[in-house]
Amino acid sequence: MSDIILTVTDLNITFHDHNAPEVAVEDFDLTLEQGEIVGIVGESGSGKSLSALAIAGLLNRHTLTKTGRIIFDGQDLLTCNRNVLRGYQGDEISMIFQEPMTSLNPVKRIGWQVEESLRIHQPEVTKEERKARCLHMLEAVGLHETEKVYRMFPHELSGGMRQRVMIAAAMIGEPKILIADEPTTALDVTVQKQIVDLLIEINEQKHTSIIFISHDLSLVKQLCHRVLVMRKGEVVESGDVDSVFYHPQHTYTRKLISAIPQISLED
Amino acid sequence: MKLKHRNRFFYAGLIITGIVLLLVLVGVVYTPYDPTAMNAQEKLQGASFRHLMGTDNMGRDIFSRVLYGSRITLLIATGTVALGAIAGILIGAFTGYYGGRLDEVLMRVMDALFAFPSILLALVFVSLFGTGTWQVMLALGVAFIPSFSRIVRSEFLRCKNADYVKSAKLQGASSLRIMFWHIMPNCKNVILSAILIGFNNAVLAEAGLSFLGIGAQPPYASLGKMLSDAQQYMMTLPVYVLGPGLMIFSMVIGFSFLGEGVRE
Repeated sequence: MSDIILTVTDLNITFHDHNAPEVAVEDFDLTLEQGEIVGIVGESGSGKSLSALAIAGLLNRHTLTKTGRIIFDGQDLLTCNRNVLRGYQGDEISMIFQEPMTSLNPVKRIGWQVEESLRIHQPEVTKEERKARCLHMLEAVGLHETEKVYRMFPHELSGGMRQRVMIAAAMIGEPKILIADEPTTALDVTVQKQIVDLLIEINEQKHTSIIFISHDLSLVKQLCHRVLVMRKGEVVESGDVDSVFYHPQHTYTRKLISAIPQISLED
Repeated sequence: MKLKHRNRFFYAGLIITGIVLLLVLVGVVYTPYDPTAMNAQEKLQGASFRHLMGTDNMGRDIFSRVLYGSRITLLIATGTVALGAIAGILIGAFTGYYGGRLDEVLMRVMDALFAFPSILLALVFVSLFGTGTWQVMLALGVAFIPSFSRIVRSEFLRCKNADYVKSAKLQGASSLRIMFWHIMPNCKNVILSAILIGFNNAVLAEAGLSFLGIGAQPPYASLGKMLSDAQQYMMTLPVYVLGPGLMIFSMVIGFSFLGEGVRE
């Protein structure tokens, strides 16, 4: 596991909405190896989601400047042509969001939505094969009665099922990188665990690299190999999960770790 | 369209519009009399079995003329709404989705267009291009663009920042694909209801124009023209006014019930 597939160097994101420019992310660095799960933790507004959106190429507002380099597949995603970027999106880089309730199009059937990236990136795939792959994917993310789910609308599914559908839609093109932006925050605890297990399974089976963004340190500890701690737009600490958790260097990291609620139960 | 719950407006609209459409369709293949044939012996007759709605001042069968006139009215309304809806949806989609300078410029043009009453706009068109069915259709169609574009624009503004649009972008969908495959289906109810309401506005506008003598020219029948001819016989031959009046009324009420039903 030493193939570096993504390198982010000196990423700066600045907003120009107001009179004074506001730095939201400062000197963000990240290298991602094939098959690695990297966690980004931090409080709200620490810039963790923004960094992820920038990597996914979703940050295209006029009131915002981005500098630095995001190198994937020999291309700088920050400066490359939009068509090149679009070619990667959904095919090589996928993303799932926090809110499974709103991330699915309410008037489109599940099957259609899961198949969308196949339709875009592999138009040569026939309709039947697309459906077969979609059903397979739905099953892989742990949904039952896939034929039925395939024809359902999002409002007929529960939050956990929708998040599974989102993961299926993100994974159907077998991307190299999956960015998960707080995928479990809107779900209840038991479902959280299932989703995290699913992500681990995907990582182990397909060697997909995952960038996992969360403010839940205990989930990060379960899931990730490496972790970045962000605060006010800066990475204050990074390293192996174990070393960060057991030997935190920065006071903020210590504060975060001590804020994990403890339940004392005999194992 | 799903009819899952009882929707009285929708069914009432469906029935009224159905009857109107049926009459018009029948009128295409069969009218009791030639709508333009005059008969000096049978002027200004009341309703009877020979002439369901009586005859006008030139002895023409009013029922046949109503059928013929509604066909033209519907044709113009369809053309008007089609032009207004297609152009309006395109403009609304692009301005709503892209925003920025394109939005500013196009919406100011729309505002300018909106500032003219449609009748006035139609008068300008007709005096430029001459009078006739196509000119009226074009004139009203252009006048209808702003309202459609505003409705669609506001829907696109509402939808474009939705999470599912973000995920569509992330799946690599192009802007056009997002606009017409991902966002548009979410607006279809609003658009459908706008189309139906547009229909009844178009029927009224066409009737108004032909009442003023713009539009289908004599001897061809048109509902508005018949109404204006009937004015002087309103007291002596009420059926002359009632015939075309009832037709316009049913069209408008039918379409607005349908529109109301769809919106629910």
